[in-house]
Amino acid sequence: MHGRPRKSSSDGGSQEKDMAKAAGLQSLQTQFFKNHHEKIYTKEALQLNAKLLEINPDIYTAWNYRKLAIKQLLESESESASIKQSLDEELRVVERALKRNLTSYGAWHHRKWVINMGYSSLDHEFQLLDQLLKADSRNFNAWNYRRFVADMKKSRDEDELKFTTKKINENFSNYSAWHNRSAILSHMLKNKYGGISAKEQEMTEEYELVRQALFTDTEDQSGWFYHLWLLGQKIAPIGPKLEMSWPCNGSQLVIDFNEQSHAYVSDFDTPFGTDHCMFSEGIPLVLHFSEPVKGVNASTVSVNSLLLQSESLVWRPISPHGLQAKTWVTLLKLPSTNFRAGETYTVQIRVADTLGIILLNGYNFACPTALNFSLDIHTMTIRSTGGNFETVPLAWEADFFFPLAIDENKFPIELHLDSLSIDGSGNQENTRWQQETLDREIKVCRELLEIEMDSKWAKLTLARLLIAQDMLSGGSILRNKRMHTDEVLQLFNDLIEIDPSHAEYYKDQFSLILLDKVSSGKQNLQEYLWDSKGTGSLSNGERNKWLRLHGLSLSRLGSLEQLLWVQRLDISHNRLQSIDGLEALQLLGCLNLSHNLLANFTALGPLRQIKTLRALNIADNKIGAHTVNSTRFSFPSALNNSSISNADTTRDADEENLEISWEITIAFKGLHLRQLDIAGNPANDEKCRRLLMKTLPSLKWLDGTSVN
Amino acid sequence: MGELEIEKHTQFIMSVEKKKDFDSMVMEHLRMSGAYWGLTTLDLMGKLDAVNREEVVSWVLQCQHDCGFSGNVGHDPHILYTLSAIQILALLDKLDTIDADKISAYIVGLQQEDGSFAGDEWGEIDTRFSYCAVCCLSILHRLDKIDVGKAISYVASCKNFDGGFGCTPGGESHAGQIFCCVSAFAISGALTHVDRDLLGWWLCERQVKSGGLNGRPEKLADVCYSWWVLSSLTIIERVHWIDKEKLKTFILDCQDKEHGGISDRPDDAVDVFHTFFGIAGLSLLEYPGLKPIDPAYALPVHVVDRLFFGQPH
Repeated sequence: MHGRPRKSSSDGGSQEKDMAKAAGLQSLQTQFFKNHHEKIYTKEALQLNAKLLEINPDIYTAWNYRKLAIKQLLESESESASIKQSLDEELRVVERALKRNLTSYGAWHHRKWVINMGYSSLDHEFQLLDQLLKADSRNFNAWNYRRFVADMKKSRDEDELKFTTKKINENFSNYSAWHNRSAILSHMLKNKYGGISAKEQEMTEEYELVRQALFTDTEDQSGWFYHLWLLGQKIAPIGPKLEMSWPCNGSQLVIDFNEQSHAYVSDFDTPFGTDHCMFSEGIPLVLHFSEPVKGVNASTVSVNSLLLQSESLVWRPISPHGLQAKTWVTLLKLPSTNFRAGETYTVQIRVADTLGIILLNGYNFACPTALNFSLDIHTMTIRSTGGNFETVPLAWEADFFFPLAIDENKFPIELHLDSLSIDGSGNQENTRWQQETLDREIKVCRELLEIEMDSKWAKLTLARLLIAQDMLSGGSILRNKRMHTDEVLQLFNDLIEIDPSHAEYYKDQFSLILLDKVSSGKQNLQEYLWDSKGTGSLSNGERNKWLRLHGLSLSRLGSLEQLLWVQRLDISHNRLQSIDGLEALQLLGCLNLSHNLLANFTALGPLRQIKTLRALNIADNKIGAHTVNSTRFSFPSALNNSSISNADTTRDADEENLEISWEITIAFKGLHLRQLDIAGNPANDEKCRRLLMKTLPSLKWLDGTSVN
Repeated sequence: MGELEIEKHTQFIMSVEKKKDFDSMVMEHLRMSGAYWGLTTLDLMGKLDAVNREEVVSWVLQCQHDCGFSGNVGHDPHILYTLSAIQILALLDKLDTIDADKISAYIVGLQQEDGSFAGDEWGEIDTRFSYCAVCCLSILHRLDKIDVGKAISYVASCKNFDGGFGCTPGGESHAGQIFCCVSAFAISGALTHVDRDLLGWWLCERQVKSGGLNGRPEKLADVCYSWWVLSSLTIIERVHWIDKEKLKTFILDCQDKEHGGISDRPDDAVDVFHTFFGIAGLSLLEYPGLKPIDPAYALPVHVVDRLFFGQPH
């Protein structure tokens, strides 16, 4: 089926030969199946079967037949030597079949099945493998089989590692050998060091080995992929930790209540300072981890304050699926009576003091962290405005914006992570080795670039190394100490030119670096902070503050953990197809996504987890313009066996509208949107609008017109 | 380059089952999958009416054993062909002709202690079979019959240093296996196990200078990877990382414009396997005139939507 030249239809002579061959095969097959169905396992029958397998080793039923024959033999024969003889014959049949097709799964499995019986020489297997891997060093069936035999023989990891060294030295471009090396090394290091971090000596040797490959041929991928893996083994800053929270450590929130006991919270430690955020059910406490975890609950996270009632807090994972998430939220229900107005109450949080928070790979999250913040309770001074876009819809346009002046003395966000950790940062030794490694590898890349100026691999790796070095030296703490941002951005621009096929990948990376730059420190953030003259705002024409990241050609979102405090976000006029990660912004009330490249309603899935969202602008996107929905599996639905009941999505939807109606449900059900703008999307027709209004009972404004 | 020769490909597919040449004989044992490839391709091109549905269904049922379906009449049952059979019946909306509980029981019986799946009673283990199990049971709305948690953690244990997946733990990353593992995660709601950026980048690096995709580093481009790489990228929302236009051109160049059918690379012999994957790939690339295909179930979207969002079952 693969690699056979197209025959021309005029080749009559070979056609005859072919038909004869086909007839021969047909007759063998017919006879074989007769034997199989009648359970005939004579010597002749087995020979016929062997002949068949030599011609076509992929007839899986023929291999089953041989196993049945052996099983029958074992029932009657107990003499070891005789059994071994028969099994050796089986191995010969397999060998002949493999010579015909080295990738025949049936042949390899039959061999494994025979060897598992324990009568055969494992050394002979190694010899055979040496031959076969010499003929085709990338044959993964052979490599898998070698792993099986090595396991059976209880070979030492060190010996298997030596074998990969041999294959790599024969040919640096042997990805299979590098892959197997990575698996063996991981296993060795896990056993030796309990799976924590790799030992420096071994890793330094690995770097030396891979450096030879890189200098031999800069454009050979295998070495570069392995190199990236080596970096990942050490470079990830001090393991998983709590990256950010809202409220931040050390912040002071000011709370006012209205007559309905709804809390109006001001967080002066963010640029949004004086803007209130209104919570009717309780104040959210948001924890954001560096990787997805599960097991965040009242016993693994303790929250203590005089203010709080004693009942256990319920923590919710903010992720499309079930139990694992980077972001976790709970609600602090504050009693609006039973406190002393004018008082300050502290809240103390301790994360992971007790075991129970687990990472994706099954290990424990082992970074206990303490945070504190305080709440200043004012007296009930707020009169309900009935706000929330009652009289006039929110205006999205730029006319209403003007630059925000931040008080230099407030907004010390960079302080917060410093005091986050209880046990301080990781060990010093670790960091020194990482620094040295990064310095050395950066030097290697620069040397390679002097030889090969346009090496895409060297440039990409250099960019990654510089990013890693920035993260390591500053930590995520001193984000405004990024030193390499400009060079990294330039490297990605170079890559877009050198390797245009992968331009979108590089543009995504560019977006991530840009957002990292934007969110690192107040000087950088300043130019993106705006004030708006509030129309339809939360309270009586007061001004509202926005973070505006519009028109930056962003194709990807990142650094969102730095923006947990954002209530109003404008990311319009960008190139976003996905808003993955936005679910971390648990205080978001207004979101402008107009003029982007969102292709389906399901792309809005992350928003479903933002309970505070009231106004959403998705006008002028591409919803309905595409036939392919690449977010189909990213959010819970019947398609991926999630617990949403079918009743949610099957209704009086007609066949034509099936796609749109379940998409709208996934995106919007449960949201309390008051305002939605969707004009300028191909899907925006009468049916769609009706479905939206049905799914969003709290909606007041659709495309600027009142819904009633 | 030019156009997609829908008429020619339709004729090619219809002619496949009548062929008696050597190459066709050699593929008899996987006819069930061949039928699934051919029929699904016809539907994507809007030509399924050319087929006699009753005939197809009755042949499929002839391959039904007490446990599972075989690749052809008289052959032994196997999970691969059980999936293909169920996919065909779903496509033709004839799932009511089989006993879903019996088929589920067969598949449940193939799950091992460690969560992996054997292909049949003879015990070969491979993540391809994990995909077959999960996809098949999901179509039958009986995914809860297996230990999904264990099934998923076995697949997750096959994750490699490059973010990809192999046949078994420690097996080298290969686009076909990656499709199986990523789709298994997708169907079970377990996509958190995929490092989308790392794997997405490895997958987009499968695109070579000719615009085609290979299955792993330093290998030749092949049309079938247009499906396996592309569907995986689609599921993890990274398909924009490859050059779609160049890939489209490559696939169209692999057509046999005279006799119909698509081959693994330009000017090679065509077969129904590559015809399906080429056209499925073009569907994912939104080639005009083709129905959309679901990247994880590998069936037309209208079929999958009918299964999951149609009348309550």
